[in-house]
Formats: sequence, structure tokens, C-alpha cells
Amino acid sequence: MTAYIIRRLILALIVILIVTLIVFFIIRLLPGDPLIIFLGQQAQQGGITQEELEYLREEYGLNDPIWMQYLNWMGGLIRGDLGTSIYYHENVGVLMGERFPVTLHLGVLALVFSNIFGVALGMIAAIRHGKWIDTVSTVIAYIGVTIFTPWLGILMIYLFGLQLGWLPIAGYTSPFEDFWLSSQKVIMPVICLGIGGLAGAARIMRSSMLEIIRQDYIRTAWAKGLRERAVILRHALKNSLIPIVTLAGIGVGIIFGGSVLIETVFAIPGLGRLLVTSIFAQDYVVIQSGTLVIAVIIILTNLLVDISYGWLDPRIRYG
Amino acid sequence: MVEERNISEEFQEAPPRVSEWKRFWRVFFQRRIVIFGLVILAILLLTAIFAEWLAPHDPYRGILKDSLEDPSSTYLLGTDIQGRDTLSRLIFGTRTALAVGFITTGVAAFAGITLGLMAGYFGGITNMIIMRIMDALMGFPLLLLALLLAAVLGSGIQNVIIALSVAMVPGYARVMHGLTLSIRENDYILAETAMGASASRTMLRHILPNALAPMIVLGTMQLGTLILAEAGLSFLGIGITPPGAAWGAMVNDGYRYLRSNPQLSFAPGLAIMIVVFAFQLVGDGLRDALDPRLRGLL
Amino acid sequence: MTELLKVDGLATYFKTESGVVKAVDGISYHVREKEIVGLVGESGCGKSVSQLSIMQLISSPGEIVGGEVIFEGMDLLKYKANGPQMRSVRGAKIAMIFQEPMTSLNPVLTIGQQLTEMLDLHLHMNREMARERAIELLGIVGIPSGENRIDDYPHHFSGGMRQRVMIAMGLSCNPRMLIADEPTTALDVTTQAQLLELMKDMVDKFQASLVIVTHNLGVVARYAQRIYIMYAGRIVESGTTKDIFGDPLHPYTIGLLKCIPRLDEEEGRKLVPIEGLPPNLINMPSTCAFLPRCSYKTDRCYREPWPPLIHVHDEHYISCYVNTKEKISEPKTK
Repeated sequence: MTAYIIRRLILALIVILIVTLIVFFIIRLLPGDPLIIFLGQQAQQGGITQEELEYLREEYGLNDPIWMQYLNWMGGLIRGDLGTSIYYHENVGVLMGERFPVTLHLGVLALVFSNIFGVALGMIAAIRHGKWIDTVSTVIAYIGVTIFTPWLGILMIYLFGLQLGWLPIAGYTSPFEDFWLSSQKVIMPVICLGIGGLAGAARIMRSSMLEIIRQDYIRTAWAKGLRERAVILRHALKNSLIPIVTLAGIGVGIIFGGSVLIETVFAIPGLGRLLVTSIFAQDYVVIQSGTLVIAVIIILTNLLVDISYGWLDPRIRYG
Repeated sequence: MVEERNISEEFQEAPPRVSEWKRFWRVFFQRRIVIFGLVILAILLLTAIFAEWLAPHDPYRGILKDSLEDPSSTYLLGTDIQGRDTLSRLIFGTRTALAVGFITTGVAAFAGITLGLMAGYFGGITNMIIMRIMDALMGFPLLLLALLLAAVLGSGIQNVIIALSVAMVPGYARVMHGLTLSIRENDYILAETAMGASASRTMLRHILPNALAPMIVLGTMQLGTLILAEAGLSFLGIGITPPGAAWGAMVNDGYRYLRSNPQLSFAPGLAIMIVVFAFQLVGDGLRDALDPRLRGLL
Repeated sequence: MTELLKVDGLATYFKTESGVVKAVDGISYHVREKEIVGLVGESGCGKSVSQLSIMQLISSPGEIVGGEVIFEGMDLLKYKANGPQMRSVRGAKIAMIFQEPMTSLNPVLTIGQQLTEMLDLHLHMNREMARERAIELLGIVGIPSGENRIDDYPHHFSGGMRQRVMIAMGLSCNPRMLIADEPTTALDVTTQAQLLELMKDMVDKFQASLVIVTHNLGVVARYAQRIYIMYAGRIVESGTTKDIFGDPLHPYTIGLLKCIPRLDEEEGRKLVPIEGLPPNLINMPSTCAFLPRCSYKTDRCYREPWPPLIHVHDEHYISCYVNTKEKISEPKTK
């Protein structure tokens, strides 16, 4: 088992390395002189003289060969220095420290929501295959996968916020400040974030379980005289969960992607919204660091998924 | 004296083999819901092609004094802030959505299939390099990657297509890679190599055709994801922006006027859902007709 | 010896797209205490389905449409399929071992877990007792150092050993009857022999009955006391092993025996295969199903429905209108 984990870890590190390369070089594709962009508005309007520009160019190491710039940046990262935002004029680490927990809060809730309800829904649909609950589950799964989440958010805001007045329509409150208000504000965004994952989990759980139920070892379990609950929960479930775990890994990616849209709709000050603003402001420092952090989290999550595979399916440990 | 009768004709033996194609089409068209999806797609395709004739008004230029009209007999779905007819924009939006969808799928599939095939077939360092890069690309959320690329490249439909294509390639590459690995294990591939077939011949004439069907299913299902991604991009204001007619952007524009003119956001969002829904249905139908065992994989 | 199990007129049909498949079409047989009975037939003749029907392990699109299964005085078919009474029979009174040892064990649970599960369920043993008994059982079926292997997963075992585990599971709750469905088909010949010996030892030791379902006459020749021959969902001949091998009367049985090479016969005897293919079980005709392949057919066979089991003597029954001893067989001309 440990050998398996170490192998997976090394692979993950290689991938992360490639990610840093991608992030670094994409930014370099931005049109225009990187220094001008870096200095932001002021420089673009020609407020700095040519000599000052040259000086600054030297200062920021922009005359160095590109691989050296990359190494310097990496060095900074390892030391924990994520740079200073051009737009916000703040340390990126601080900025992310403010925004990240918000996205994390919503993301974790969304993951829990989508996986628990998704797995339950899928399982019931499989066991009661062909009955009405199966149809309902399929419909929900389709809607979850096809709906444009900002639109769902807007619909919910219209219905629950504007028309019925049940829930606040925008903003974010930390649960530590005001738990009740926080919960109210968080319900709609979490549902929007999680609905895709819920649909995916339900679908996969359903087909996984339908397949498992037909396996020989399930027939053996019945032949042993076990009752339905034992057959499903002890024998079928663990096997069916294996593909779900993959989905959880993918789900993290979807949630980060979704948060870009949902945070915009609900005006939530999270990481997604920070990235969008930075992209429009051409604040490449934030873009670089923000994207990198997200990618690293996703890759590490996938690593965890791989490792838990080894636990769930003992056959894989030696693969 | 026993009469020699040819009894075996009277007894039904195993039913004759039905052609694989016929079986495929029969199963595919069996479910009404799949036909429903196809009908919707057909309508959408026709709308996109004949947009000029179907749209009652100019989708790009509006009459300012007609700004923010409620639905009426002139403007069936009302107008936006610039006085542009929502229905016309919706109709032209079909063109954008389908164009981006099909072209991006084509490009991404081509690149992804090639990469996955080579990685799977040659193995070793080629596999290592290609698949690690794909892993790295998949480490970014789809939307985020497309967002970055589109922002870097600038606005306009071509750039959106490029950005989305790059973001979708790893998905195709991965599936193709897996398929190549499993097809490669088959004895007939070994036989080909033993016969002296070259790598490209084996790849193109034997591995690829066997992977074609699942890839078509994948493509159809990814179309839905693509349309959602494009809508997300235009919603954020990247890629195709007004006066261009993109449904995502329309949802965003309408958001501001949610209280007074909710249909400005509702209509395009519904359109998106219908399109994606149709592609999903058809994709599912294709997959089930092809091989229901793929349910776990795709 | 008393009758342990009596099956009367069991019928199981499958509704498919192409029609109704009459997998089991009215079979009647019995098994006595401490008896070993063989159920022989080719693939698709319904033998596995019949045993699954007894345990009510048939699921959609299959359905048990008729018959009685009397076990210990009660008709098992009257119980609800997965209800408490049926479940108390399964594993505890009648245990079943399946054909594919590779897939019949749950890959994500240890064999210890799968063994103790039954001991807990039927014998209400606590954790330690169950574990000890499981290790004991492993020893009995010939898996040495059970304490070391009990926490291993199925994929750590070879096919033959997995089948031994299945046998251990089957016997763990001291059932009255063990049904072995093609237990050795998936294994190599040496392992086959070992396992069959093991099963015979076990039923002796546990004083249980054994039903061996197989397509291999050789397997039952050595071990079974009585044999039933099945064809197209019905029983066509039954009798003691001596009857069947020494005095086969049904054309199908005769045909089967002619196909088997024997070490003790003269060189040069041609192996005679049975011509034709097994029938499609959808739209079966009302006449004898073996008719197209039969070398002994008469006019009567074309006119009358499938013959009922006719008593020949003692325990020997056949389902045929023709006296194959008198009639000379007329093999099909080329």
C-alpha cells in the first residue's frame, strides 16, 4: 500500500510541475509589454518615463531569459511568496486568505450536498429499478446536468428572493459571525453549485449499483440467506462506491469552475469572483497564483481519490 | 417404415444473426425520448440555418425608444435595454451555440483522438509526456482554463473556439487513450503486427475504427458541456459579447432587469437547457444503442 | 431412507423480447437423506435454472410458474421469495455452490468476513467463535494455516482454493442439502478430481445430501448414487448410476454415452456425436423435443405429445415411446 501511495504522489508532483509551466507561459501570451501590464494603469497611460521603465524592467527581472524568470517565480512560490496584486495593491497571499475560505465553505457544503443526496438517490433508483422513483431520479439527473447554473441561480433568486422573499438574494456572511443569516445566504448558491454533482453522482451510482446487483457474488449473498438490507449495504455498496469516489475528485474541479459563475451571480466575495475580476483587470499576478492554487488543490484531491481507490478495492493495491 | 421428413426445418433453431447496423438503428430509435431529442435537434439546426428568415427583427440593432418592452405582439419576448428583440436574438443565438459547439468538438476531438491514440499505442515516454500534460490540463477546471485562454486571446468567436478546444482536448485524449489500451490487447492487433503492419497502419485501420463509435457518443455528450461552457464565458463577458447574440450574455444582461423584465433572463436560459438536454438525450440513446455496458465509462 | 426434498412439476419461464423461454418445463425429482444425486444435461437444458428455482433465486425476466418444492414437509415455493422463511432455508438448510469461483466471491471483503457472515446470521455465533469456526472450516476443506489466510481477499486465492472456500461457506451452517452447480467446470482436471473427493468426504462427514449439476457424465459416474438426465427443460431419463451407465434406455442418454471415449474399449471405435443442435426453447413444439436428433424415432413420436416419464423397473424411468433395446437405431444418412 505504501509503495502505491508513493508512486501516486510522485506522479502528482510531476503533474503539478507541468501545471506551473502552463500557468507561467499562458500569462506570457498576454498581448503587450509585460512590464506595462504589470505596472498597470499608470504605465499604460504613459505616466512613466522610458528610463524609469528600463530601470523597473531590470528590477523585476524582465530582461532575464525566460527560464530564469520562471525559476525565480518558482523560488518565490516555494518560499510562500505569491506576489503583489496589481489591481488591489495587496499581497496576493493576504487576498487569497480572505477569499479562499469563502469559496471553501460553499464548496465543501456543495460537495457534501451533491454526494450524499446523489448517492442516496442513485441507490434508491437502482434498487427500485423501473418504479416511479427511478423515473424521478432520472429526471433530476438530467436537469442537473443540462441546466445553466447561473440561470438556476437567477430563477431561484427571482422565486425565493424577489417573489416570496424567503431568502436573501446576494452576498455572503461568515458562519462565525451570524450562523443563521449565513445559512440563509448560503442555501441557494450551494444548491446551484452542487446540482451538477448531484446529478452525476446519482447517475453513476444508479448504473454502478444496477451492474453490481447482477454480479455472481451478489447471487451468492442471496443464496446465503441474507436479507435485502445486508445484501445491498454490506456487499453491493462498497463495490458501487468505487466510481463515485472518482466523481468526487472530478466534482472538486466542477465546483471550482462553477464557483466562478455562482459567485458572480450571488455577489459572493470568493476566489472565483477574484479571478474573474483579475482577468478583466489583467492582474496577472493574481491570475497566476490563483489558478495555480486551484489546480494544485484539484490535483491533490485526485491523488487522495487514487489512494482511496486502493483502500476501497483491494485488487488495485498491487496494480 | 419411417417417413423421412426434414424435421429440423419445422423446429426452430437459434434465430438468424441480424446485421449489427440494423440492430443499432433499431435499438437507437426504440425509445421515444431519444426521438424526441432528435426532433429538438433538428428544429434547432433548422433555426440556426434559416435564422435570417425566422427572426422577426434585427438581432443586433435595436430601436432605442422600444427599450425594455414587455412581451407584445410585435416583440414576442420583449426587448432588452437597447431595444433589441429578444426572440430574434434568441434565434440567432442558436447559430452561435451550434457553431461553437460543432466546430470546437471537431477540433478538440481531432486533436484529442490523435494524442490519445499515439500515447496509448506507443506507450513509454510518448505516453508519459502526453498523458502528464493532459493530466495537467485537466487539473484546471474546464471553465477556468477556457476563461484564461479566452481572456488572453481576446474577444471574438474564433478565440472562443480555440480556447474551448484546448480545454476540451484532454477529455477526448483520456478516453481515447483508455480505449487504445484495451483495443491494443486484442489478438487481432497482435496478428496485424506479426504480419508486418506498420504502426500508422495498425493505428488508423484497426484501432481507430474500433474506437470510433464510443468517441462519437462522447462527442455528442460533450456538446452539451461545451454549450454550457460557452454560455458561461459569454455570461462573464468574455468571448462573444453584445451586440453579438450569445445566450449566456443575454442571461447576464437580463439579470439587471430581473424585477421588471424577468423574461430577458428566463428565455435564453431555457433555450440553453433545451439544447443541452437534446444533446444529452441523443448521446445517451447512441451510447445505449451502441453498447449499454459503456454506461459506466461514458 | 426418507425423502429430504421432493420437487413436483417445477416450471420456470423467462419472458424475453423474442418470446417465452421455457427453461424448466415441468420436472419432478426427489433427493433422499445422505444421498448423492446427479443432474446431467448439456448447456441450456435448464439444470442450473431448476436449482436456482428451488432456492427462489430467480429474478426478472424469469418467473417460477408452477410446481411444488417440498422440503421438510413445507412447500418452499409458497414462501415469499426474499421473505424470512425462505431466507432461513437458504444457507442454513439448503446451501448452494456456484460454477464460477472467480466471480462468486465478493472481491472487496475478506474471505473471513464472508465466512463469518453466515455463522453470525444462521448460527448466531459471536465474533470470536465465528472466527475460530471459520478457521476450522478452512482446515476441513483443505486450506492449511487458516489463521493466516482468513484475512486475505479472494484474489489472493487460486480458482481451486476459492472453490474450496465456497464449499466451506456452503457447509458452514451444517445444511441438510448441498447443491453444487457445475462446481468443477471452470477448473483444471486435477483440481476437479480433488474437489469432487472433497465434496464426497464432506457430505459423508456432515451427513448431508448432495446434488451435483453438471454436463459431464464422468463426474457423476464415480460419485452419484442416482442420476437424472435433462434435456430441453425436462427430465428424460432417471435411475441409479448403474442403470444409466449399464442400461441406458433413452436415445439421448445412449447418444451421450456413445460420445464419451473410454479407456477400456477397443481401439478404432468411432466416437458418434449426436447430430443437430439443441432446440430453441422459445416456441417449443408439443412433440418430443429430441425428435430431430433422434435415431430411434417412430411414427408415434410425431403424433403424440412429449412422453411422460414411464416406469421401466425399480428406480429406472424414461420419457420415450420407443423400446430402444428392440429397435435398431437408424442413424441419419449423410
